[in-house]
Amino acid sequence: MATQRKPRRQKAAPKKAAKKGATKKKAAAASADDSQLLTVVAPDGTADAADVDLSDERKLYLYETMVRAREFDRRMLMLQRQGRIGFYGPILGQEAATIGSVAAFEARDWVFPALREGAAAMMRGLPLEIAIAQLIGNDLDRCKGRQMPCHYTFKEGNYYGMSSVIGTQISHAAGAAMAAKIRGDDVVIGGYMGDGATSANDFHAGMNFAAVAKAPCVFICQNNQWAISVPSSQQSNSETIAIKADAYGMPWRRVDGNDVLAVYQATKEAVEFARAGNGPMFLELVTYRRLGHSSSDDPTRYRDEAEVKDWEKRDPVERFRRYLEGEGLWNEDKEAELQDAIAREVNDAIKAAEKGGPTPPEDLITDVYDEPTMQLREQLRDALED
Amino acid sequence: MTEMTLLGAVTDALRTEMRNDDRVVVFGEDVGKKGGVFGATDGIQSEFGETRCFDTPLSECGIIGTAVGMAVYGIRPIAEIQFMDFIYPAFDQIVSEAAKMRYRSGGEYTCPMVIRTPYGGGIRGGHYHSQSSEAYFCHTPGLKVVIPSTAADTKGLLISSIRDEDPVMFLEPKRIYRTHKGEVPDGEHVVPLGKGRVAREGTDCTIVAWGAMVGICEKAADEAAKQGKSIEIIDPRSLVPLDEELILESVKKTGRCLVVYEAPKSCSFGSEIAAIVAEKAIEYLEGPVARVGGFDTPFPYSLEHLYMPDVRRVLKGIEKTFTW
Repeated sequence: MATQRKPRRQKAAPKKAAKKGATKKKAAAASADDSQLLTVVAPDGTADAADVDLSDERKLYLYETMVRAREFDRRMLMLQRQGRIGFYGPILGQEAATIGSVAAFEARDWVFPALREGAAAMMRGLPLEIAIAQLIGNDLDRCKGRQMPCHYTFKEGNYYGMSSVIGTQISHAAGAAMAAKIRGDDVVIGGYMGDGATSANDFHAGMNFAAVAKAPCVFICQNNQWAISVPSSQQSNSETIAIKADAYGMPWRRVDGNDVLAVYQATKEAVEFARAGNGPMFLELVTYRRLGHSSSDDPTRYRDEAEVKDWEKRDPVERFRRYLEGEGLWNEDKEAELQDAIAREVNDAIKAAEKGGPTPPEDLITDVYDEPTMQLREQLRDALED
Repeated sequence: MTEMTLLGAVTDALRTEMRNDDRVVVFGEDVGKKGGVFGATDGIQSEFGETRCFDTPLSECGIIGTAVGMAVYGIRPIAEIQFMDFIYPAFDQIVSEAAKMRYRSGGEYTCPMVIRTPYGGGIRGGHYHSQSSEAYFCHTPGLKVVIPSTAADTKGLLISSIRDEDPVMFLEPKRIYRTHKGEVPDGEHVVPLGKGRVAREGTDCTIVAWGAMVGICEKAADEAAKQGKSIEIIDPRSLVPLDEELILESVKKTGRCLVVYEAPKSCSFGSEIAAIVAEKAIEYLEGPVARVGGFDTPFPYSLEHLYMPDVRRVLKGIEKTFTW
């Protein structure tokens, strides 16, 4: 069984392929050596069933969650265009990478997300309407309207509330894993990042600290090939992102990020590796950001739309549906039923979230400290007085 | 009570709180076997083991970044930054992460941690072993900033900082690490954050000073007494939260105010105290609020004696509050 395979280092991409990928004309350094990626389901939906260690029920859960994330994304972008929320960071095309990897952790394991892991908060139990309240920033929001959209927090689900600073959460994941080890807890930490974050200080610091401490952490890079307008070929001269882990003495895997089963399988093995006390592991999930960085970005200004079309053919949701159909687990009727149910679910959640009211003025000064200081109380009093 | 140095009081506080709370861990560069470059963690690793007191790779950004992750997870990290001058690689982690954790998550996640770091001049350390950069951190909502000036306060304030539910910058005046000695209560000793102390009572002029400057001001006050001026010295102990009330009460009594600090004079925390006094006690003032600080220059090596406020400059500062 694939899960029993001991995680091992993959060979780095051959030099020839790497050179082709490093021409810096296209974002897709990764597409040059696709043959090196860990894949379970081929783009046409066929798969070697022996490689998949997952019940039918769990497979259907993964599919349903991907469909929900896609519909959520579509609707939230619409709300943004209508001015009902201020900003949105979509994950279109990255559903398999987020959902397949998060599903491979146990509920007691923590998720330290970056921008494209919002669906993980909902997988960990954050109700849709509360997630939407975060996007609106009203009094139903758990962050009390204090952060821009897409900064969910859900402590009960061990889902960490990130900042907007790129890469800082990598060190936090390392620290949390060090703490789990110090306490002797059976907890693994998932530390997420994008390809851009691998250039940040905290990537080096977090990877190094976790490796030296042999902390139970799985670092997961969603290489979607674009850091706003900068392609991954200009982000690093490294043949791949994954091989950077070699410098920290950390095993790594490079995975087809649009293949949910490959993502799940690789993550599961990495989590088991970390849980067994072997220290951290690194996964590069190769995927593609099909829309702009956010609702404020226009990618037609800086990239070739043909590249986007290419990646549409590798759509993770359709690919997995074809696989499920081939396995006899899915059909058109079930699809229609699911689409309908999820559309209703998201609609109801939007209605519920929009019932929230404005955040009260006191929220300006609470939670700066455990108790507001005398100075903070005075500032609010002065501002509110006529 | 035991007589100990300010440095010894740091170690005593760490030991006391690590015995009291098994969530407390101490880490940083050279804090393990070596016991820290100044010796503040001397004997901690041998008593508590390598799991609770450990050396880290040489990266301030990593030390504080991982400390944030530990605090969020639920243990109590005490991170040592070897010199405050080297804290800037961690500035982002302190300002963007630790300071904002509680606020940005609506109180869901908190970041109770202590960053201990020796600061200040007077040891011939040049640019990179002498700075007093407390103002950067006082300017950042969400951080507490604590500076002791006596051995007993060092222990009491450090224990309070470790128990605090928010991130605390604990700045240790290294110039008086070994020169200051005082009686320190044994075992449990807590000095609350946000309560200043009257270091010396007087009636004619209030000096507000912290860290190593308190001792300089005490000497200057002795000199001023010979000229018939009675000086009151207020040591706020924590700059954030600030005991405004104590400062204002004193200024209202004396009618004069001088602030003495080592940091560059402009945009300093001393400037903030001067502003508070101007806003809230102007009708009590008999003269202008004066500031004696460092220069608005990088910290010098050869001319350190001129840069640092000393008795002569403090006396001149006092004079400014009387003659204008």
